[in-house]
Amino acid sequence: MSVVTAEGLSLTFPGDVQALKDVNLSVEAGEFVSFIGPSGCGKTTFLRVVADLEKPTGGEVRVTGLSPEEARMQRAYGYVFQQPGLLPWRTVEGNIRLPLALMGQDKHVMAERVASVLKMVELDGFGTKYPWQLSGGMQQRASIARALAFDAELLLMDEPFGALDEIVRDRLNDQLLDLWRTTQKTVLFVTHSIPEAVYLSTKIVVMSPRPGRVAKVINNPLPPDRPLEVRESTEFLAVAAEVRNTLREGMD
Amino acid sequence: MMIAIFALVLWGALWAFNVKLAGWLSDRYARIAVPIVFGLTLVVMVELLVIGLNVSFVILPRPSEMVVRLFTSYEMLWEDFVQTILKGALTGYVVGCSTALLVAFLASWSDFLRRGLLPLGNFVAALPVVGLAPIMVMWFGFGWESKAAIVVSMCFFPMLVNSVQGLAATNAIERDLFKTYAATPLQQLGLLRLPAAMPFILNGLKVCTPLALIGAIVAEFFGSPFLGMGFRIKTSVGTLSLDLVWAEIIVAAIAGTGFFGLLLIIERSLTFWHPSQRR
Repeated sequence: MSVVTAEGLSLTFPGDVQALKDVNLSVEAGEFVSFIGPSGCGKTTFLRVVADLEKPTGGEVRVTGLSPEEARMQRAYGYVFQQPGLLPWRTVEGNIRLPLALMGQDKHVMAERVASVLKMVELDGFGTKYPWQLSGGMQQRASIARALAFDAELLLMDEPFGALDEIVRDRLNDQLLDLWRTTQKTVLFVTHSIPEAVYLSTKIVVMSPRPGRVAKVINNPLPPDRPLEVRESTEFLAVAAEVRNTLREGMD
Repeated sequence: MMIAIFALVLWGALWAFNVKLAGWLSDRYARIAVPIVFGLTLVVMVELLVIGLNVSFVILPRPSEMVVRLFTSYEMLWEDFVQTILKGALTGYVVGCSTALLVAFLASWSDFLRRGLLPLGNFVAALPVVGLAPIMVMWFGFGWESKAAIVVSMCFFPMLVNSVQGLAATNAIERDLFKTYAATPLQQLGLLRLPAAMPFILNGLKVCTPLALIGAIVAEFFGSPFLGMGFRIKTSVGTLSLDLVWAEIIVAAIAGTGFFGLLLIIERSLTFWHPSQRR
């Protein structure tokens, strides 16, 4: 089943800035799709259109078979932003509970969900801390836990690890991969990093700017079980090279 | 003259004691003890200097005379306190600040209100509203109601400007986040905008505290029934009972400081998360 489909999708911002032009794409259930490209290629904009945070000016998008607005109203996706965006007056638990509380869920269900997602991102024991008492990496993990809290099938992630150092980033990539394998969620993941895209995805969407468009969709042949060492394998390097070459062509 | 010199010697001695004290005691006790010793030093100094230099009672009564007045006239001072602080200042403060907060809520939804009201608010906040006092007395009579009206007009705009700013103090990610949760406007107000506005709202309340005191006291200069702190200050200066004037000033200072302290405690408990309050 297609979780996200885009047909002839275009978005022109006021002032005649073409952020997206004629994007056609289909994402199947359980896929991990990375969007990579230089600044201004529209990768974040595409994610925001799927999330109904921007309205397209042409073409059609379906999210879990619905319009983006209907999908948003049904809380069909969890969104992880570039910054953690945790509310400083709520504890980590309080932040994760927030979407559940807005949905009017039962207290016991909430406590259970909070505990289970905290475990998933390996933050058990930090629930009663405030966000500003945690490191940047832990904050971003808490925000991932928050996006997982209401168990939506679709996870939209906009450069979630962009602001973190490489050591933390490698570790979080590994955890995210585990999380994706165990939960079987569909993930749309925006990134600037070629190794990150190749390491995580089943499919890599390379985009190019002015106007923002899809340059090439690369299927990743790597097996789903990927230890960190896979990054030195010839297969990995071949895919990375293909992504890099496509990006270079897009710039000319 | 001898007494004046003695005052200076005593000042030096107590100063040295205070420096020692600050070093001796653990932080917590020193934090309380040092300002008390400092204040007492100052009071004793003034007492001795007033005696030693033969300062006229009209220029500055001895602090001991002020304190004696505080106790002998406490009934009158209490009635004045109730009239001016509790009825005039506090009523005006509560009405003015809560109306401003309410209008700020409306303005946060209406661009028209915000754009129209805020420049006006900044303008009015800069006006010396106390000048309105005689007019308010004409409108609302000599009683505490006209004083409350002055306080309302003094508190309203500073509080409004702060609250509107506070309700706009969310960032794009937080607003987007609530949108992805399909939160209703009311949920967004209660769970995002209001908590985010708290530091600003408390700041507004702090700014308005001295304004309310000034407004209520000064307004009584322009007409009042036969009680009230401003009324007493004005008439007592006329009869040269300067000890009573000073006693009123002490009461006003204690009331203002006490209320401000209360606000600081509330601020600490409500906005503990704000970078300025984190420990």
